[in-house]
Amino acid sequence: MNLRAAPNFRAVWAIYRVEMARAFRTVLQSIISPVISTSLYFVVFGSAIGSRINEIDGIAYGAFIVPGLMMLSLLTQSISNASFAIYFPKFVGSIYELLSAPVSYLEIIIAYVGGAATKSIMLGLIILATAALFVPLRIEHPFWMIAFLVLTAVTFSLFGFIIGIWAKTFEQLQLVPLLIVTPLTFLGGSFYSIHMLPGIWKTVTLFNPVVYLISGFRWSFYGKADVSVGVSLGMTLVFLAICIAIVAWIFKTGYRLRN
Amino acid sequence: MSSIISISGVTKTYATGFKALKEINLDIERGEIFALLGPNGAGKTTLISIVCGIVNRSSGSVTVDGHDIGRDYRAARSLIGLVPQELTIDAFETVWATVNYSRGLFGKAPNKEFVEKVLRDLSLWEKKDSKAITLSGGMKRRLMIAKALSHEPRVLFLDEPTAGVDVELRQDMWAMVRRLREDGVTIILTTHYIEEAEAMADRVGVINKGEIILVEGKAELMRKLGRKQMTLELRAPLAAVPDGLSSYPLELSADGSQLTYTYDNQSDRPGVASLIRDLEAAGVQFRDLDTKNSSLEEIFVNLLRQEP
Repeated sequence: MNLRAAPNFRAVWAIYRVEMARAFRTVLQSIISPVISTSLYFVVFGSAIGSRINEIDGIAYGAFIVPGLMMLSLLTQSISNASFAIYFPKFVGSIYELLSAPVSYLEIIIAYVGGAATKSIMLGLIILATAALFVPLRIEHPFWMIAFLVLTAVTFSLFGFIIGIWAKTFEQLQLVPLLIVTPLTFLGGSFYSIHMLPGIWKTVTLFNPVVYLISGFRWSFYGKADVSVGVSLGMTLVFLAICIAIVAWIFKTGYRLRN
Repeated sequence: MSSIISISGVTKTYATGFKALKEINLDIERGEIFALLGPNGAGKTTLISIVCGIVNRSSGSVTVDGHDIGRDYRAARSLIGLVPQELTIDAFETVWATVNYSRGLFGKAPNKEFVEKVLRDLSLWEKKDSKAITLSGGMKRRLMIAKALSHEPRVLFLDEPTAGVDVELRQDMWAMVRRLREDGVTIILTTHYIEEAEAMADRVGVINKGEIILVEGKAELMRKLGRKQMTLELRAPLAAVPDGLSSYPLELSADGSQLTYTYDNQSDRPGVASLIRDLEAAGVQFRDLDTKNSSLEEIFVNLLRQEP
């Protein structure tokens, strides 16, 4: 076998390490600031407002919003980590090195998406630990909790990677997270059960993919869900498959990378 | 097999319809220093980018040491080091980290001694713990070279290596290029500084408007297309070129003290000797005589002028 055709694991490791090093270099921005904003959510929604809200599905309101808050950070951070990681070298031009290196597209993806997903999973766990300081938590299905965490981090890192390749300006880089993802997350049941919505809105909400992520994730904590877990898992996998298909197309055509 | 890079029928048409390259055929010989000359926008960088895998070609094929850059891209690319024109480095990484990153990216096992040697050779060792953003322009250029050499390439592309570079770095760079050549590394440099090609290259290719106009050994090119000039310092100023000498392309300086004779190096016509005889016959005396070869730059300008 031609050894030179073997996978370039060293390159994957080199990229992954640089991505992780960036997280620790900007520890304030990438770790501490989400923790502070999560704590603020707890103070405002959990304590100030939550004390006036009854239990939802038998769960104290403060505890009820934990999975949603984790998802909120997981989604936005996965996207911003991955999109920035690939956009920045494109912007300064240092991407030439990546493109001229003996690495396959799959290896590039594994390294960048792996780096971004690792960071947001770490962040999710930090938020979980922070939340535990404020509210009593229980996790009924730890395996599925981790599975949803990893699956979501990977899917949205992949989505972020696509945005990073697509974006030509910093403005475009911010556009999708700001105009689409944040509203979808807020309206996806982070802070409420969709059963609390009036009739027509409940139906509209079902078109929001984030609903399925949050619902499935909350089920792994408390065993209660807005939609069935199987549907949640299915929708997550469908979104993952769509992202993979888009990435495959990008790499096949060299879209905004090699043209 | 003597050619290390073989480019055949390569074209590039951008999505805008702009034809950056039209049918490029070019062979780079193993171990040579090849200078690709051309004005801005001629297609130099596009051609290099295609060989290095940064830009997809529209058609044609390229092999590097027999490896097709498409089918066998890993083998092809791992042989190549590229120093691009622009200073593009991750500004927040240290010198040491970024050079080791490059080595890893090209799939080479870590080798601290080798990376140290590269950094020392480029006078970067003292700066190994500095972040790239703190380096001067010249140091950044050295860092780009260090990154390209970190994985021990057999072919080195230098895209406009001395654009905006000071004299010291330019000389260091030329010394480095010679050392690499002694180690058997093939070097391809693009430039629009002719003196660079003149000082370094074994062969010169001229590209203009996406086409290779000619490829020639530097010496042959100078011989073929070079013109010589002979300047005579006259003892007494002349008011006009004497009638008996009108068959020669002579130019008289404004003050009448110098006569300049331009002739083709390769021309069979007896030039210099007969001119001097005829000068004597016409009673023109000179006290000094100077000849010089025209530079590659002049050759180059002439070539481009001939282009339609």
